[in-house]
Amino acid sequence: MAKPATKPKVEPSPAKPTASTKPPGTGDNSVTADQLKSFYHDMLLIRRFEERAGQLYGMGLIGGFCHLYIGQEAVVVGMQSTVKLGDAIITSYRDHGHMLAAGMDPKGVMAELTGRASGYSKGKGGSMHMFSREKHFYGGHGIVGAQVPIGTGLAFAHKYNGKDNVSLTYFGDGSANQGQVYEAMNMAALWKLPAVYIIENNRYGMGTSVERASAVTELYRHGESFGIPGERVDGMDVVAVKAAGEKAVEHARNGGPYILEMQTYRYRGHSMSDPAKYRTKEEVDKYRNERDPIDHVRKTLLDEKMTDEAALKAVDAEMRKIVNDAAEFAQHSPEPDPSELWADVLVGA
Amino acid sequence: MPIPVLMPALSPTMTEGKLAKWHVKVGDAVKAGQVICEIETDKATMEVEAVDDGTVARILIEEGIEGVKVNTPILVLAAEGESVADAAKAAPAAVAPAAEAPKAEAPAAAKAAPVAAAAPVSAAPAAEPEWTGKTTHMTVREALRDAMAEEMRRDGSVFLMGEEVAQYQGAYKVSQGLLEEFGAKRVIDTPITEHGFAGLGVGAAFGGLKPIVEFMTFNFAMQAMDQIINSAAKTHYMSGGQMTSPIVFRGPNGAAARVGAQHSQCYASWYAHVPGLRVLAPWSAADAKGLLKAAIRDPNPVIFLENEILYGQSFDVPEDPDFVLPIGRAKIERPGKDVTITAFSIMVGKALAAAEELAKQGIDAEVINLRSLRPFDTETIVNSVKKTNRLVSVEEGWAFAGIGSELAAQMMEQAFDWLDAPVKRVHGADVPLPYAANLEKMALPQPGNIVEAAREVCNR
Repeated sequence: MAKPATKPKVEPSPAKPTASTKPPGTGDNSVTADQLKSFYHDMLLIRRFEERAGQLYGMGLIGGFCHLYIGQEAVVVGMQSTVKLGDAIITSYRDHGHMLAAGMDPKGVMAELTGRASGYSKGKGGSMHMFSREKHFYGGHGIVGAQVPIGTGLAFAHKYNGKDNVSLTYFGDGSANQGQVYEAMNMAALWKLPAVYIIENNRYGMGTSVERASAVTELYRHGESFGIPGERVDGMDVVAVKAAGEKAVEHARNGGPYILEMQTYRYRGHSMSDPAKYRTKEEVDKYRNERDPIDHVRKTLLDEKMTDEAALKAVDAEMRKIVNDAAEFAQHSPEPDPSELWADVLVGA
Repeated sequence: MPIPVLMPALSPTMTEGKLAKWHVKVGDAVKAGQVICEIETDKATMEVEAVDDGTVARILIEEGIEGVKVNTPILVLAAEGESVADAAKAAPAAVAPAAEAPKAEAPAAAKAAPVAAAAPVSAAPAAEPEWTGKTTHMTVREALRDAMAEEMRRDGSVFLMGEEVAQYQGAYKVSQGLLEEFGAKRVIDTPITEHGFAGLGVGAAFGGLKPIVEFMTFNFAMQAMDQIINSAAKTHYMSGGQMTSPIVFRGPNGAAARVGAQHSQCYASWYAHVPGLRVLAPWSAADAKGLLKAAIRDPNPVIFLENEILYGQSFDVPEDPDFVLPIGRAKIERPGKDVTITAFSIMVGKALAAAEELAKQGIDAEVINLRSLRPFDTETIVNSVKKTNRLVSVEEGWAFAGIGSELAAQMMEQAFDWLDAPVKRVHGADVPLPYAANLEKMALPQPGNIVEAAREVCNR
């Protein structure tokens, strides 16, 4: 079912995990035309970038594993609208969207995907291992759940240094069963660290559905035993994400972790080599046709007369150009120099 | 421009596949994301989606054709506003079943870069200055505590975390007094969650701090090994040099006394195996202080292997406030001319005891304290072997793929012509360490075993 086009509401949490849970919906649900246009722009960039990455993979220009973010764009775009300079971001291997939303250059990201010297990791990391100190993007981690203690450590560093920055740690419903996630949550709650945990529940950890993997499928409640407040958010609705994100980030900035379970959906397989036979075509089509986060914003923009078709077409052309330029750049950049094989193993050695 | 659709690679290893089914026909309008065909690989049948909008102008590979190489054009789309007929004309000839699929040229990216034959020789670490000033007699425990305290006074970003390091004053009292001096912000008791706090430490290091993570023993660090190796050791390389993790993982390693197999294991060769880590194993209090200070100052992740039995042993330590040892330098603890004995950590003491016994038997042994296992000071050992022509390696851990095995291989490569006898390894018995006092003693290298090995390589 399509969501109403205006004033989306954060879905209320069926249970209030702790006394410290604020009533749902206290984040800012309002959104300006400019903000909405910017969300459209950012989500479309990710969509087009990922489509092109899939295409380059198909051409053999991108190798190894390649996990596309198509369908989940509203989560990272909505969350990024709630952070301020210096806030840290860390995620798993499904990371291209996060890098673009963090402001990293599409050319550098695409060139890393093609394994070229001008990639963010000089071609040595690939799809799953990219970083940008400048944009406070701390990866790009290939081990399921490993980014959660690391993201908690980034929050620890903020607190240790007396900064009022937070860390946003993204992970999937699959990671939500990893032991180290709970070790980290315990310490974050114990030491009141400014950590926001964003669970991107796209319903499948590779091919295993949440129902077959988690005893308690309300993932926002997974911090209950540490007293961490959590809530479930419509992750296909960028405005709902923004509203919930603002609340969570404010909570963390004031000291203490917060969990957001984003209900989202990935349209493509787990990675490029996943035929995705564990779900029906009808299910995928339903999300695509009725819940698409970009179509949703597009409809709002047009229905509310915030923009017109011609302007949206121009945005589309602009995104295609950015992505085409990135793909061109990524295909024509040189491969790393052979001396790079031995560089960067250690600092100063 | 007509848009060609190429045979996609659907897995990291796919080179060709079968065009199992078309979902579109000439004249159909196609939207980006729409499934256009099914392709069968050796692993699965996958649906292929259109990347661009357009109208199907021509199908180049018919249903049922097998062995279609990746990157072969399979379909042509007419772009928006383009005539289907014109686009079809511009397309290459179609391939019917039974015909061989055109061979696509391998993309440039698939060509492997030339690989240099060997790693460049890294610059030799700075030589150790002579410390000739006043010394203080102190225990290894006190030396480690002083090293941490001095570095914490020097640099506000250094902090200590671990189980029982603060209020309890350290499970082995190594962090005695640090909480009182530096407060709870910088001396932090953790819950018993090695995997979690090791990862948290790595994140803090990414965030600019210099954590010292104490493991109550390295046996428990096995739970944290993924974070140590996959996150701390590899990220500098994987990020093309952008991310650093200046972190020290320290704690007692190896056998203590009758604590059984799960609490008695030497991890030296496990960590020394990994590029991106530094691995240090001090013996004396001076080693402990000088190397721990160097480890804390080093911008890389450092594994610092201590020994519980050594904590209470006392040695002379230079009082010089600038006393720091170079990483990557072994130390000749006892010069000799007849046989070289290498050892690290607690085994240095056993090797020195063996050397005393050997002297009584007329064999003059040179004892080298390895101290740094990665980087490894091959040069000092080779120079010693050039003099003695015989080598005994001593380690507490298991022999298979151990430090002694690496040492033997390096001597084959770099000192073969100077060896008068095969390298002999003295090591822990190849069993989980037993509890019974007599069996435990049999399982661990004793000075007698070292004497025996030295006599053997000297043909005595």
